Amino acid sequence: MGAGHAHRLYRHGTTPVHALPPHCKLAAVLCFVVAVVSTPREAVWAFALYAALLAGVAAVARISPGFLLKRLVIEVPFVAFALLMPFVVPGEQTELLGVSVSVPGLWGAWNVLAKGTLGVAASVLLASTTELRSLLLGLQRLRLPPLLVQIASFMIRYGDVIGDELRRMSIARRSRGFEARGVRHWGVLAKTAGALFIRSYERGERVHLAMVSRGYTGTMPVIDEVTATRTQWAHAAALPVLALVVCLLGWTV
Amino acid sequence: MSLPTAPAPSLEVSGLAYAYPDGHQALFGVDLTVARGERVALLGPNGAGKTTLVLHLNGILDAGAGTVRVAGLPVEKKNLAEIRRRVGIVFQDPDDQLFMPTVREDVAFGPAAAGLRGPELERRVTTALERVGMAEYAARPPHHLSFGQRRRVAVATVLAMEPEILVLDEPSSNLDPASRRELADILRSLDVTVLMVTHDLPYALELCPRAVVLSDGVIAADDRTQDLLCDEALMREHRLELPFGFDPRSVSVPRP
Amino acid sequence: MHVPDGFIDAPVSAAAGVVAAGAVAVGLRGARRELDQRTAPLAGLVAAFIFAVQMLNFPVAAGTSGHLLGGALAAILVGPYTGVLCIAVVLLMQGILFADGGLTALGVNITVMGVVTTVVAYLLFRGLTRVLPRTRRSTTAAAFVAALVSVPAAALAFTLIYAIGGTTDVPLGKVLTAMVGVHVLIGIGEAAITALTVGAVIAVRPDLVHGARGTGAPLKLRIDGELVDAPAATPSPAPVAARSTRTVWAAGLAAALVLAGFVSFYASANPDGLEKVAADQGIDEKAQEHGAADSPLADYGVRNITDARLSGGLAGVIGVGATVVVGSGVFWAVRSRRTSEGSDARTTTGSV
Repeated sequence: MGAGHAHRLYRHGTTPVHALPPHCKLAAVLCFVVAVVSTPREAVWAFALYAALLAGVAAVARISPGFLLKRLVIEVPFVAFALLMPFVVPGEQTELLGVSVSVPGLWGAWNVLAKGTLGVAASVLLASTTELRSLLLGLQRLRLPPLLVQIASFMIRYGDVIGDELRRMSIARRSRGFEARGVRHWGVLAKTAGALFIRSYERGERVHLAMVSRGYTGTMPVIDEVTATRTQWAHAAALPVLALVVCLLGWTV
Repeated sequence: MSLPTAPAPSLEVSGLAYAYPDGHQALFGVDLTVARGERVALLGPNGAGKTTLVLHLNGILDAGAGTVRVAGLPVEKKNLAEIRRRVGIVFQDPDDQLFMPTVREDVAFGPAAAGLRGPELERRVTTALERVGMAEYAARPPHHLSFGQRRRVAVATVLAMEPEILVLDEPSSNLDPASRRELADILRSLDVTVLMVTHDLPYALELCPRAVVLSDGVIAADDRTQDLLCDEALMREHRLELPFGFDPRSVSVPRP
Repeated sequence: MHVPDGFIDAPVSAAAGVVAAGAVAVGLRGARRELDQRTAPLAGLVAAFIFAVQMLNFPVAAGTSGHLLGGALAAILVGPYTGVLCIAVVLLMQGILFADGGLTALGVNITVMGVVTTVVAYLLFRGLTRVLPRTRRSTTAAAFVAALVSVPAAALAFTLIYAIGGTTDVPLGKVLTAMVGVHVLIGIGEAAITALTVGAVIAVRPDLVHGARGTGAPLKLRIDGELVDAPAATPSPAPVAARSTRTVWAAGLAAALVLAGFVSFYASANPDGLEKVAADQGIDEKAQEHGAADSPLADYGVRNITDARLSGGLAGVIGVGATVVVGSGVFWAVRSRRTSEGSDARTTTGSV
């Protein structure tokens, strides 16, 4: 499920978007996506405006359109879903390029494609302008339970380490002439997974020992905190507020 | 005019015995005293109980019998916070020890856990990083550093707590010769008491004037490092071997 | 299987968000009860393991390969609470860091892929191991069955969520058959990998498998030269939570009721997808067969959202607003509880 999606999206930069505090950006993007999702699908012009808004943010953040488009490739599975809809949904039929499709199906496909794509684009913009550590601090500031944020922090810190161990185990396995080619080889692969679990768990115990040795008593000491000024909140709010206006117009116009 | 009293020894272990929960006894009465400012190497074959002994020094393991005192303070449940500040253990795998997203936060973890904040905390972090020569890497994530650099940062995480005694578990393992030398220079420059668990006998000779051998759960020898390494019978008895071509007699060790 | 934004409408996404938040809160409490101080590093490392093992290729045939989802594996290896927590963290980070799955769909994704798989797998596993003889073989068999059922169960949960809040109107029967059918196949793969992995861990460190507690060979004592069975060790009493979980549950339940009210109001205002299915099923039999035969993926259709747009929209906004308020209320309640727990004197059995 996660295959191929482990590429970090962060792109270093010193633009105003990069400089915004992370919790402002998180809140802004979330509200933006909520506005997009709440817009009626018939207001096609609204989605064009949303795309323009995101393009504006991307321009300020100096994120190249090529990069953004490349990342939209993640969408491919549900684009496939969407393309099937006009053929499968029952309802009033119409002709499109000589093929008989249903109108509700077309609307459904449009709905899913537009909102899904905008959602991914907004997420990508967020992740590419915010450092990992900042994102976690931002989540904590937004009142996510500190324990949850710590677990996420450890997961990210040791994600690469565990990934490297898995890679080394795979190399060792292949160096001994074993090439997994089919279901009959799953036993060996599962042994690798099992060994990886044991190593990961034991490492977790050792990390705990190291933490205890430096005075850990159950709660992580607060080392950094993120704060935001009114102006920064105002700047971050620009995107979702404009989106909200478009959304309301979409319902009333 | 009264004479100034000598400072309490950094470490005083007496009669330490310990058995694992599964029944296997690892330590059978260890006696070890390390004075302030000394550098002592802890040698011994694999399985002798060296790491087990080390884990008693900051109270991670509870002694079945015997006592451990750090600068006069006994290792007991009520003193654990202070003990863990005084005893700085650097474990073998720096990845286990560098668990925060950046170097700075890792070094700050210990003092922050003790309650430090703000500019005071910043100063501690910067000082510790400067002592190991890693000050310009403060904002880096640990996996962007080389193994030797991670070792050094691990030392800094412990130095930041301004410990009484620095306990190192195999500090030179997996280091390339240049990194070994850099670490040796750093350890020599520190004015903290050092207890070094190691298999690297030349390293022990280079850095530690005194060495003790832990074998079969007791201290089997306690002598000047060079004398110990030249005692072939003793070395053979406890499975200690010198690297190929290394003659301890030929090395001129500065007298302490 | 990550659901993107726009698939599920706003009120149901919000309701799913509340469910997910509640489940995570319960997971946090349970994990802390079981792991105490070690929760953060252990859960973090297990989450990193799950994240890494999800990328392991299990070749099926001719270039295709399967991947592990991990819900059942997590539940069996580290227990239901830590398991839910780990998968939730993985999904959360995938959504925020890698744009994998919509931000508004996080609730749905965590509920379907995190909570349902883990809980179903754990309940089945626990039930089976109680009934079967206490051997390692039965543990692996139980793991197989638990994982096998967990995947279609998740598909079923998704179909249910889709039935209430899908933004498209594909007949429910089609969705059900496609989703559950395909996921039974996926479940077989997941079951095989899970069972084999659990077996591999048990072979080396059975003490690390939460679900296999008590399946080791009994200890023997040597008394007067004879080998005697050691008396069963009395399990150390689990530390009692300082505060009851009742208030958290009450808050979650109240939130669920409030949102369910809004959701059902919204749903009843429009012709139900299920009714539409019943009406159309007979008429469009042929067209539907064609669709179901082709797509390995679920089909989605459009519900007629032409009437009561304003009321629907308002309900959506209110629903989302309510979620935010209630969600942060739940978090705040758990958080303030924890900080006061932290300041209480801790009684520990060891020095760690």
